[in-house]
Amino acid sequence: MSETKNMIVNMGPQHPATHGVLRVVLELDGETVVRAIPHLGHLHRGLEKLAETKTYHQALTLTDRMDYTGALINNLGYCLAVEKLLGIEDQIPERATVLRVCLAELQRIAGHLLWLGTHALDIGAMTVLFYAFRERETIIDMLEDVTGARLTPSFVRIGGLAADAPPVFFEKARAFVKELPSRVDEYELLLTKNKIWRNRTEGIGIISQEECIQYSITGPVLRAAGVKWDLRKVQPYCGYETYDFEVPTGTVGDVYERYLVRLAEMRQSIRIVEQALDRMPDGPVMADVPEITPPPKETVYEDIGCLIRHFKLMSGGFKAPEGDVYMSVEATKGELGYYLVSDGSEKPYRFRVRPPCFINLQALEEMIKGRMVADVIAVIGSLDIVLGEIDR
Amino acid sequence: MSDLNAIVDILKGEFGDAVLGHHEFRGQTSVVVAKDRIADVATFCRDDGRLGFNMLTDLTAVDRTPRTPRFDVVYNLYSFPHNRRLRLKAPVEENDTVPTVEGVWKAANWLEREVYDLFGIVFDGHSDLRRILLWDGYVGHPLRKDYPLEGIPQKVVYR
Repeated sequence: MSETKNMIVNMGPQHPATHGVLRVVLELDGETVVRAIPHLGHLHRGLEKLAETKTYHQALTLTDRMDYTGALINNLGYCLAVEKLLGIEDQIPERATVLRVCLAELQRIAGHLLWLGTHALDIGAMTVLFYAFRERETIIDMLEDVTGARLTPSFVRIGGLAADAPPVFFEKARAFVKELPSRVDEYELLLTKNKIWRNRTEGIGIISQEECIQYSITGPVLRAAGVKWDLRKVQPYCGYETYDFEVPTGTVGDVYERYLVRLAEMRQSIRIVEQALDRMPDGPVMADVPEITPPPKETVYEDIGCLIRHFKLMSGGFKAPEGDVYMSVEATKGELGYYLVSDGSEKPYRFRVRPPCFINLQALEEMIKGRMVADVIAVIGSLDIVLGEIDR
Repeated sequence: MSDLNAIVDILKGEFGDAVLGHHEFRGQTSVVVAKDRIADVATFCRDDGRLGFNMLTDLTAVDRTPRTPRFDVVYNLYSFPHNRRLRLKAPVEENDTVPTVEGVWKAANWLEREVYDLFGIVFDGHSDLRRILLWDGYVGHPLRKDYPLEGIPQKVVYR
């Protein structure tokens, strides 16, 4: 017998199936993975450092650029954290809160659709991409109607929303929530009982509940392992406790169940959007706290007091009380947390993001050790990573 | 919150002087712990049934310069059984080390690497303390307050 040696394969950073610039160094024994070491940082822009030099309001735009598939949820988490720091969370108008929920859930569906299309493409089911992106395009168009931007809206603001949604949004959203369940059925038709799909995903990348908690894994990956834990249920924000929805879970925690959980989550998000549209109250979408929130734009042109207030807030910002808060929301990938430290000035003294993708990715080696090299693609896809958030 | 006060009392009873203090802001409790005992406190927080903080949600640091000790290492904990959060803070001097909590929560591995990378705080007993976001050979630790925003020019060796 001749001597054998393990082979080192460099996967990425320019690899279409790593969803960005992730580089994984694989040590292979034949086709079996012995070790998998992720190398991060190719997209590191120093967001946390940069945010320390911006006012609280300016730092908002940086949050868009972390997980760019769920930008509105990033905005929401940040604004909730600042509102908690300022102690104005009970002054947010009802319409703003309901619209926030509505937009966040649409964004969640869009994020899951992007994941579904690309994940299926990675594994070789190309058709699903076209189906998923068709619906995602509809959502992005709707978000464009409301926010003016497709990918980086910065629409959720400290104290409420940047503007009210136009009437056309509500019409489109109504039509969309009616249509989407049948579209999700279509995806299921393509994949759920598809023999090739199941062979590629079932029993792959298993991680147990205990390991999930040890690795701080959250989001659909944790729920697929059978833990019924969703921040919208256990530590509700934006009035999620008043909406009727289920938290889908799996039992085994493999790639296939993560797929099932995410599809089920889309259906639940539709229910939430429907309820939000039904109860949409009238009223303002921005809190009226003179020292923190800007006045309505119309008044700025007419009233000198409002003009001064607007100018002062936009040029100098507001001061936050000294202290530190941690606030987290259920993003599409898991628990997205913001830890803000204030020294009493207009700028965050420390702006820390708890990135769900970064923390979930840590368990990659655990999931693929001893599996085939082709499974690496399936597992990375099932974690739903976005490198903008991992590297920040 | 009363149940969080109870937790502070339990920690004080168990660790005495190692609990340096605690404060509450917006309903969130932080407990300041001597950094030498942080691994013991972490293990206790995880294993004691009354506390049950079995998840390390986040681990980060804050540069408090010019205060001494300069840094705070911040541990955000979450308890699945009790559905509540607690924050531990361990003040640490500039050139000092902190015991790792990798043995308590596996999640600490990368999080401590990130703190090492961006703050330059060394974690004692860590299994693989390398830079994680920046490359090996990078000079400086960007999240320190004395690090300029525009960066320090780096000598990059191309291969």
